[in-house]
Amino acid sequence: MMGDQLPEHPDFLWRNPEPKSSYDAVIVGGGGHGLATAYFLAKNHGMTNIAILEKGWLAGGNMARNTTIIRSNYLWDESAAIYEHALKLWEVLPEELEYDFLFSQRGVMNLAHTLGDVRESMRRVGANKLNGVDAEWLDPQQVKELCPILNINDNIRYPVMGATYQPRAGIAKHDHVAWAFARKCDELGVDIIQNCEVTGFVKDGNRVTGVKTNRGTINTEKVGLCAAGHSSVLAEMAGFRLPIQSHPLQALVSELHEPVHPTVVMSNHVHVYVSQAHKGELVMGAGVDSYNGYGQRGSFHVIEHQMAAAVELFPIFARAHVLRTWGGIVDTTLDASPIVGTTPVDNMFVNCGWGTGGFKGTPAAGLTFAHTIATGTPHELNKPFALERFETGALIDEHGAAAVAH
Amino acid sequence: MLLISCPNCGSRDETEFHYGGQAHVAYPENPNELNDREWAEFLFYRDNTKGAFAERWLHSTGCRQWFNMLRDTVSYEIQAIYPMGAPRPDAAAPARESGTASLAADSTTTGTAAPSTATTSIAASTSSASTTAPEGATK
Repeated sequence: MMGDQLPEHPDFLWRNPEPKSSYDAVIVGGGGHGLATAYFLAKNHGMTNIAILEKGWLAGGNMARNTTIIRSNYLWDESAAIYEHALKLWEVLPEELEYDFLFSQRGVMNLAHTLGDVRESMRRVGANKLNGVDAEWLDPQQVKELCPILNINDNIRYPVMGATYQPRAGIAKHDHVAWAFARKCDELGVDIIQNCEVTGFVKDGNRVTGVKTNRGTINTEKVGLCAAGHSSVLAEMAGFRLPIQSHPLQALVSELHEPVHPTVVMSNHVHVYVSQAHKGELVMGAGVDSYNGYGQRGSFHVIEHQMAAAVELFPIFARAHVLRTWGGIVDTTLDASPIVGTTPVDNMFVNCGWGTGGFKGTPAAGLTFAHTIATGTPHELNKPFALERFETGALIDEHGAAAVAH
Repeated sequence: MLLISCPNCGSRDETEFHYGGQAHVAYPENPNELNDREWAEFLFYRDNTKGAFAERWLHSTGCRQWFNMLRDTVSYEIQAIYPMGAPRPDAAAPARESGTASLAADSTTTGTAAPSTATTSIAASTSSASTTAPEGATK
C-alpha cells in the first residue's frame, strides 16, 4: 500500500526564467503558501504577470521540513472555518492540479491523558460538529481498534483515556504538493525565480513600488509576503513590525518499516505526534524550542522528550532507529493563530504567523491571501486573522485549544 | 543544547532554565495614557532579531533567579550574561570578546576573576538583582 504508489517524477515542472523588470504582483517566498497564493491569483483573479521570489530553492524551507499532517479540528469558529476550507480544498486539489500528491485521509487521533484532557477534547468534538467538521470521541478500546500498536494499558504515567478522531484528516506528500502547485503556476504564466533573495523594498511615500533583490530591483504594484519564519525580517526592511517570534521546530524520521501505523496519532499532553510516511518512515514531531532562533536546528532534549513519549505510547518503536532529524523556523504569534491581510505599508500584504501548523493551511492561505492581494480587501475567511486584532483585542486564542500545543 | 552560565550557579544545561523573551521591555510609565495601539505594542509586539538579541532567562531548577543574556539567534552563541536592570552590553565592542572569554572560564561563580565589565557587574550586583524589582520581571 505504500512505496509502490509513488507517482513518477516528471522531468520538468517549471521554467527557470530570468526576473523581468516589473510585475503586477510579487510574492516573496517560494514555499507552499507562496505557490498556492500565486496559483489562486492566476486562477481566480486572472493575475498572471506575477513572480514568486525564493531565496533558496523552491519549497526548500518549512515546506520541506514539516510533518505533512492535514486536519481541521480547531476549537474556535474562525479557525475551524479556515482550516476546514483548506481541508475541502485538499480533497479536490489533486484533480484540479492534475497531480496526485498522495493525500491520504487515514484520520487523525488526538489522545487524552488526563480528566482535563478528556473534558477539553469532548468540548472540542462538540465545537467541531457545530462547525461542520467531522469529529468523534473514542474510548480507549476504540482507540486500540483503530491503531493496534498503541499502548492503552493504564499502568503508564499518562494512560490513554480516549481520543478525538477526525476521519477526513490525514497526510499528503509535501514535496509533491509543492511541485503540483509549481507546475500549474508555471502553466498559468507565473515566473518562479529561485536563488533570488529580497534585500529591501522601494517605496513611494507609504506605498511599496518595488523589491530589491540580489538579482536587481523589480518594480511591482503589489507585494505579498509569504516567508514564514523570516516574515519579521522582511517587515523590518519594509519599515513595520509584526507581533511574531521565530522559533526552531524540529522533526525526525525513523528508518523504513513495513506498514504498522494506520492513522495519525497526536498527543498534546505527552507531546509527540506520529504518522507513517508512504515509503514507511515513522515521522515524528513535538514542540518548538522555547527560545527565539533562526538556526534551523533544535535542541537535543526536545528530541529526547518526544522519543520518550513515543516509546511509552508505542512500545514497538523501542527498537526503531532514527534516520535523520531536521529543523524549520516557525513564526509564532501570541494567540497561536496566523496573520493574513494588509500591513501598515500600502500595497504590501502579509501571510505569516501560521506557527507549527502552516502546511495544513496551505490551500486556504493561498486562496484567501490571493483574494486580499487582488482586491485589497480581506476574504471572508481571513478577515478575523487581520493584524489589527492585536490592537482591538479580538484574538483567536488557539493555544492549547487546537488539539496540539503550538 | 545550550550550555548556560548562570551568574549564581555556574554552567548548567539549557534544560534547567526557562526562557523569558525579550529583555529591556519596560512597563509603561503612564499606563492610563496609553491608547490601544500602544497597549498592543507593549503586550504583543517584541523584537524578533536575526542576530544579537537581548533576552531574559530564569534558572528555574537552580537559584530561581532571573538574568539577562545577549545571544546570537542564528549561531546560538552566548555573547554576554548580565544582571536584570543593567544596560545591554555592546555586542560589537571589545567588551564582547572579554565577556565571552570570561564565561568560558566559569568565572561568574566566584566573581573574582571576571575580566569584563559585563561579568564583573554580575558578581557585584547579584544580590541587588534579586532584592530590587528588575524591570519587567514581575509581570
